[in-house]
Amino acid sequence: MYDFNYKRATSVDDAAAAINSADDGKIVAGGMTLLPTLKQRLAMPSDLVDLADLSDLVGITVDGSSVTIGAMTPHAVVHASADVQKAIPALSKLAGLIGDPMVRNRGTIGGSISNNDPAADYPSAVVGLGATVHTSKREIAGDDFFTGMFETALEEDEIVTKVVFPIPEKAAYMKFPNPASRYAVVGTFVSKGPQGTRVAVTGAGPCVFRQSDMEAALESNFTPEAVENIKQDDGDLNTDIHASAEYRAHLVTVMAKRAVAEANG
Amino acid sequence: MPDGAIGTPIRRREDQRFLTGAGQYVDDFNRPGQTYAWMVRSSVAHAAIKSVDISKAEAAPGVVKILTGADWAADGVGGLPCGWQVIGKNDVAMHEPPHPALVADKVRHVGDNLAIVIAETKDQARDAAELIEIDLEERPAVVSMSAAAADGAPLVHDDVPNNLCYDWEIGVREDADAVFDKADHVTRLELVNNRLVANPIEPRAALAEYDPAGDHYTLYTTSQNPHVIRLLMGAFVLSIPEHKLRIVAPDVGGGFGAKIYHYAEEAILTWASKKVRRPIKWTADRSDSFMTDAQGRDHVTTGELALDKDGKFLALRVQTNANMGGYLSTFAPAIPTYLYATLLAGLYRTPVIYCNVKAYFTNTVPVDAYRGAGRPEACYLIERLVEQAARETGIDKVEIRRRNFISAAEMPYQTPVALEYDSGDFIRNLEDGLKSAEYDGFAARRAASEKNGKLRGVGLATYIEACGIAPSAVAGALGARAGLFESAEVRVHPTGSVTVFTGAHQHGQGHETTFAQLVADGLGVAVENVEVVHGDTDRIQFGMGTYGSRSLAVGGSAIVKAMDKVVEKGKKIAAHLLEASVDDIEFDAGTFRVSGTDRELGIGDIALTAYVPHNYPIEELEPGLDETAFYDPKNFTYPNGCHIAEVEIDPTTGQVTLCSFNAVDDFGKIINPMIVEGQVHGGLVQGIGQALMENCIYDDQGQLVTGSFNDYCLPRADDVPSFTVGTNEGAPCTHNPLGVKGCGEAGTIGAGAAVTNAVLDALGTKGIHNIDMPATPHRVWQALQQSNG
Amino acid sequence: MATNTVSMTVNGKKVSADVENRTLLVQYLREHLGMTGTHVGCDTTQCGACTVHIGGLPIKSCTILARQLEGADVTTIEGLADGDKLHPMQEAFRENHALQCGFCTPGMVMSAIGIVERNKDSLDEKTVREELEGNFCRCTGYHNIVKAILAAHKEMTA
Repeated sequence: MYDFNYKRATSVDDAAAAINSADDGKIVAGGMTLLPTLKQRLAMPSDLVDLADLSDLVGITVDGSSVTIGAMTPHAVVHASADVQKAIPALSKLAGLIGDPMVRNRGTIGGSISNNDPAADYPSAVVGLGATVHTSKREIAGDDFFTGMFETALEEDEIVTKVVFPIPEKAAYMKFPNPASRYAVVGTFVSKGPQGTRVAVTGAGPCVFRQSDMEAALESNFTPEAVENIKQDDGDLNTDIHASAEYRAHLVTVMAKRAVAEANG
Repeated sequence: MPDGAIGTPIRRREDQRFLTGAGQYVDDFNRPGQTYAWMVRSSVAHAAIKSVDISKAEAAPGVVKILTGADWAADGVGGLPCGWQVIGKNDVAMHEPPHPALVADKVRHVGDNLAIVIAETKDQARDAAELIEIDLEERPAVVSMSAAAADGAPLVHDDVPNNLCYDWEIGVREDADAVFDKADHVTRLELVNNRLVANPIEPRAALAEYDPAGDHYTLYTTSQNPHVIRLLMGAFVLSIPEHKLRIVAPDVGGGFGAKIYHYAEEAILTWASKKVRRPIKWTADRSDSFMTDAQGRDHVTTGELALDKDGKFLALRVQTNANMGGYLSTFAPAIPTYLYATLLAGLYRTPVIYCNVKAYFTNTVPVDAYRGAGRPEACYLIERLVEQAARETGIDKVEIRRRNFISAAEMPYQTPVALEYDSGDFIRNLEDGLKSAEYDGFAARRAASEKNGKLRGVGLATYIEACGIAPSAVAGALGARAGLFESAEVRVHPTGSVTVFTGAHQHGQGHETTFAQLVADGLGVAVENVEVVHGDTDRIQFGMGTYGSRSLAVGGSAIVKAMDKVVEKGKKIAAHLLEASVDDIEFDAGTFRVSGTDRELGIGDIALTAYVPHNYPIEELEPGLDETAFYDPKNFTYPNGCHIAEVEIDPTTGQVTLCSFNAVDDFGKIINPMIVEGQVHGGLVQGIGQALMENCIYDDQGQLVTGSFNDYCLPRADDVPSFTVGTNEGAPCTHNPLGVKGCGEAGTIGAGAAVTNAVLDALGTKGIHNIDMPATPHRVWQALQQSNG
Repeated sequence: MATNTVSMTVNGKKVSADVENRTLLVQYLREHLGMTGTHVGCDTTQCGACTVHIGGLPIKSCTILARQLEGADVTTIEGLADGDKLHPMQEAFRENHALQCGFCTPGMVMSAIGIVERNKDSLDEKTVREELEGNFCRCTGYHNIVKAILAAHKEMTA
């Protein structure tokens, strides 16, 4: 990789200031996406600002209505958390499907959603549960956070601090992994709860999206049968050597159906 | 039975170092004053090189030297040689275009070598490489063989018309046609044997050092055959005589064929080491491996099987196109000919076989032997045809095999495609396989799957392979430019411990254990008193290396031959000491005894006497107990077996799950069953990988789409089940002293066909009777969509 | 080429080296400390040959900067055995022939210990296979690796 300046931030403000003073600064959280990118020389940041010392960004709190996950909390911690397993089992399951055990020990929710890889798992939970993303500057509704492929509503010097997930009545995540990379070819997150009935799809398109036809059908009838004949339009979906848009569209329905079945227990 | 005797599963002695991080792989070596190399490679598949400007790069921090194709050409060094010349129809020799290690005129595949940057650190070398200004005039690329063969296709090599490397045949076309004309049934199949990337987990690496004081070169390299590299690079590329060139292949992290060949980096580093007068290390990134390790398979084949009304095979007619890639790799031409077409009889009595093979150049990475090499392709074609013929004729797929198998009583058996099988009991393997797989219970298991909305299938593959490569005279007659014997030195030390020097090379096979067992058993010494040395041309007398499942059959036989010489000499010493006639001395389990008496001496006493020859027949016998032997095999060996796969398919997603895999193999006599089973397990997963996951894909411009593990699907632990493997030792090899056949490639040879047949058995319930490997979820789903629509 | 001194504890010993900011942990170990037991098999954070423990957790050392680990506690394959006595996981790999070429083995063993640590109460074949997702082996077909980990689990939780 290219060399860069390296700084460990002492606070969120310190990190933001460091980004602002750098030519082309990048935040590193767990680094599980950034470092592979740098190793391939696909990016050439002037500065890396490491959030590793910001221990107040690590941790999980659960109250009666929500699960709050600090931005620097690793996937493995979310996956193993008894509190999360109890409150939102689908979220725990999703966290356990990201990458592999070693990646889950380093990768963080803040890093994952800020990067917004089109095939990442977490964006589907943020949208699928109607979560709120808290940043160094404001709160952003999950629905507004992901704006396009590798793009988010975050400003250059804005740092995710935590994500607040309302606890749903029921929810489930179903993933069809890419056989090679194990990223999601299609991942469908369904929920029913305080944020309404939601179906969020990752992997299939350039960015996570809500499947409104399925949401409408599930609103009145939260059963697998309600979605099994709803076809996802394949017009905007991805095509690659692993899956055509047509196949992805088909899998959206299959994964949604299976997710609803799982959510219903 | 003593510890370590032949047939016992003793634990591997090499494991201690590997388990504690003390293995010594090429990248673990460092030499004083070492520099680091970065290879500058072509990013396009086909282009004329207009200019390569290194001026800016040369000034970059840390740069020691940059060398380009122009420097290579100016030095007048040779190109990378091909080790096998195939003679085609009408005695037309194959085209053998030059293969410069650094190209100067044009690039012929993505990854072709344009320059080497040598710097103080690897990062600096890579930083500087980005400053090299390369002007390439892109040309249209040919990627598929059909595109390469088309009229007016762009030429990969200007002097190779139609990109045709050779047009070769075996058998008589007219004879086959005549049988087909009269056959009751003809089964016809078009199939693709998909291109694969071997992907040993250790990437290739090299470390070259020139010693000006002795005008001597040392190259550490990730090779399966260091002496072969010394021969090819020394004699054909750099003109360095053997005594001035040492090749060391230390611990090597897997090979699977990809580390047989002489690669450009080895020659470039060795060449450059004299120019910079400092050691140079190069270690491939995985991206380099995908672009430059020789790839495997890539055949497009039409096969036809003629049968009579009873399902007896009458003739086989095959047309195969084989992709060579951009250049001829070391053994590439031999793979689709002598390691493929000669195996087309399989286990069957098919009396007439004709095969035509056309090999093409394309703008892709060169293709060469990958685990199995030609034999998986043959097995895949035959066994696909057999199961299709069974379906078409309504004969049970087990029954049709029984009717056509060569029986044990017919051995030795001369096939119509040049080989003479020495031994094998195919029926027994089949019976054992069916029992192991609980074949009779399949219908019930299928019904259970169907209840759950799943499709279930069972598939068989019976295979035979030609291993223990090869009788040198036969290989030479077929175009090999080297002998294919193996050598061994058995050095009995004065106190009775033994060092064995073998020309075979281990990169996972466990020779340090197996060969020690051989010697312990043969000389009656404790296995812990035997050390096996390999992988260094300065320590080993000579060697042809490890590939084609040959190490035990050929290398082990050489050890036996050397031990025989040790025993023969030991008898003479014993006769002298025991005051008996040599003819009366028997040797057994480490003891020399006067026949019919209790007068005896241990091999330790004999060894000590040989090195302290105070009371010794010094007039007739030299001191010392150290013997060397070269063994040239009399025939190939013919491992064979029966593999049975069972799969379940989720028709909703197209996902194929491998439920079970049963293998029964005949490897002849077995030295260490634990190691043999391990070889089968690993081979199976490579075959299963080809059948279900692995596929090397180029786009129309010749860009490698599957250039990393993100897109090239290497099997993981949760992609496969545990296996049931067994062996039959009832039909040992008849022509080597150990009765061994070799086990390294078997798993890969049978698994692809067995799994694909199982997939097709499942899909057949939906009217789908053909699918190409790999049967990925996407591909299976598409097939189901088409059959539904 | 600006460098900084990075200090950490590796296998119980305090170590330090001057490295560039871009130096990865695996380079720090292999090139600066000469500890070559940890291997590199890919450049996309997938093969797992480089797995080490940081603060007791398995991590891919090819995807973390040495500078991110100032003061960290790192264990590598070289730090597992107690003198000549192998760690139970190493011993299980040996006993079950769970390695062939040995190249993936260090990472595989470090990862396997993590599997046992995460599943102390019970461990089955399916879990072992799933949790080996981050480690490639091209030699063994995983069969004996799975066997070894299950055997080591028994030993380590007895």
